[in-house]
Amino acid sequence: MAAAVTRAPGAPPAVGTELPALRLDVTATFVVATALATRDFQDVHHDRVAAVARGSKDIFLNILTTTGLVQRCVTDWAGPAAVVRAVSIRLGVPCYAGDELVLGGRVAAVEAAHAGGPEGVEVLVEVVGRCGLGDHVTGTVKVVLP
Amino acid sequence: MSAGVAPVADAVQDPAERIREAARRLVEAGDCAPRPARDPVNEPMINNWTEALGDANPAYPGIAPPAMVQVWTMGGLHGQRADDDPLGAMTRVLDEAGYTSVVATDCAQTYARALRPGERLAVRARLTDVAGPKRTALGEGWFVTTVSTWTVDGEPVAEMMFRILKFRPPPPPPPPRQVPRPQVNRDTAYFWEGTAVGELRIQKCGECGALRHPPGPMCPRCGATRPGYVVASGRGEVYSFVVHHHPPLPGREVPFVVALVELEEGVRVLGELRGADPGAVRIGAPVEVDFDRIDDELVLPAWRPR
Repeated sequence: MAAAVTRAPGAPPAVGTELPALRLDVTATFVVATALATRDFQDVHHDRVAAVARGSKDIFLNILTTTGLVQRCVTDWAGPAAVVRAVSIRLGVPCYAGDELVLGGRVAAVEAAHAGGPEGVEVLVEVVGRCGLGDHVTGTVKVVLP
Repeated sequence: MSAGVAPVADAVQDPAERIREAARRLVEAGDCAPRPARDPVNEPMINNWTEALGDANPAYPGIAPPAMVQVWTMGGLHGQRADDDPLGAMTRVLDEAGYTSVVATDCAQTYARALRPGERLAVRARLTDVAGPKRTALGEGWFVTTVSTWTVDGEPVAEMMFRILKFRPPPPPPPPRQVPRPQVNRDTAYFWEGTAVGELRIQKCGECGALRHPPGPMCPRCGATRPGYVVASGRGEVYSFVVHHHPPLPGREVPFVVALVELEEGVRVLGELRGADPGAVRIGAPVEVDFDRIDDELVLPAWRPR
């Protein structure tokens, strides 16, 4: 797994800033390990025979993992002090075992954080995750940076 | 059905109206009872998650990854939905109406605060919207939206909008018809290219003009090797026929009629005579050409009564 490239602390990011790409080899082991770590025991995420019988090409990533990876794409860049406020995703094509998933992000909005929450700037990042079949996920992550 | 939600009366017949009525009742019923997580937020499960996803954020496991919130209340290996779970109830209604397939389309989570090891979560869910029937790339279906709320000792800590598409899977394409396939070569290609566009083409000698069928490289009358073709009117009469009873043939139902038809142009062409009672076919019966599309690559000429 590539080391996280964390943004330098200091000035808030500019709108349009591109996040480092997060490239993942989606091996069968990765699909199974993440499905079980997210306590998703549906057979299409760990049993290839069952997945094929249900019309899928192979086992594929589950939603809880995709949500976690979209979050990771942003927190790898934002650093451990960032507070994640929201992760919103729309699902596209399935990401099958044996594929590569490449997640990328772009800062879409920067504003003062809301009163009552953590202090800092609230940053909205648009994230796209592409695999061999096309867009696997598009979404946004809202983080507050100190 | 949700506890206290009566089933839709049988008097409501229209399937879409039954679905809408069930949805109205479930939306009105509001949140189901809170379901406690099996385990408190804990470091081993956080570590399993960060290890599997490759997430090296040092804030974990001091706090739980926010996107892990749903993990704490997953049903587990042998989990079953509670009777009052609104998504389960709506799923049953749509299954019964034939919308048996499911795909998740949207998931939007918001986090009020970080969760720390030791905290005990519970989740409740409500149905907020059922929209349809809609045509989608996957088939006709209904979008079902629920909102789940996670709490710690009654304090809301996270919320999730979750939308699925329950759709009617399109019927599988009919299996390809297996029929004996003609040999297509330079002499016969024009004929099969013709049937593909709905033309019955008859070979014509480029020298003497004689029509001939079946195709060949050389004119049987003058010996020239310059074949061309004309498009036949497609009308003719049964010159001879057989009724095939046995043996069975792939792609055909016995009995069927194979007719040698004399075209108005004077040549004779073989083909299946369709749409006629095998016992009533007679010599001289008027027929016209028909085209039997086997697949994208083969169209066979056939006959039908006229």
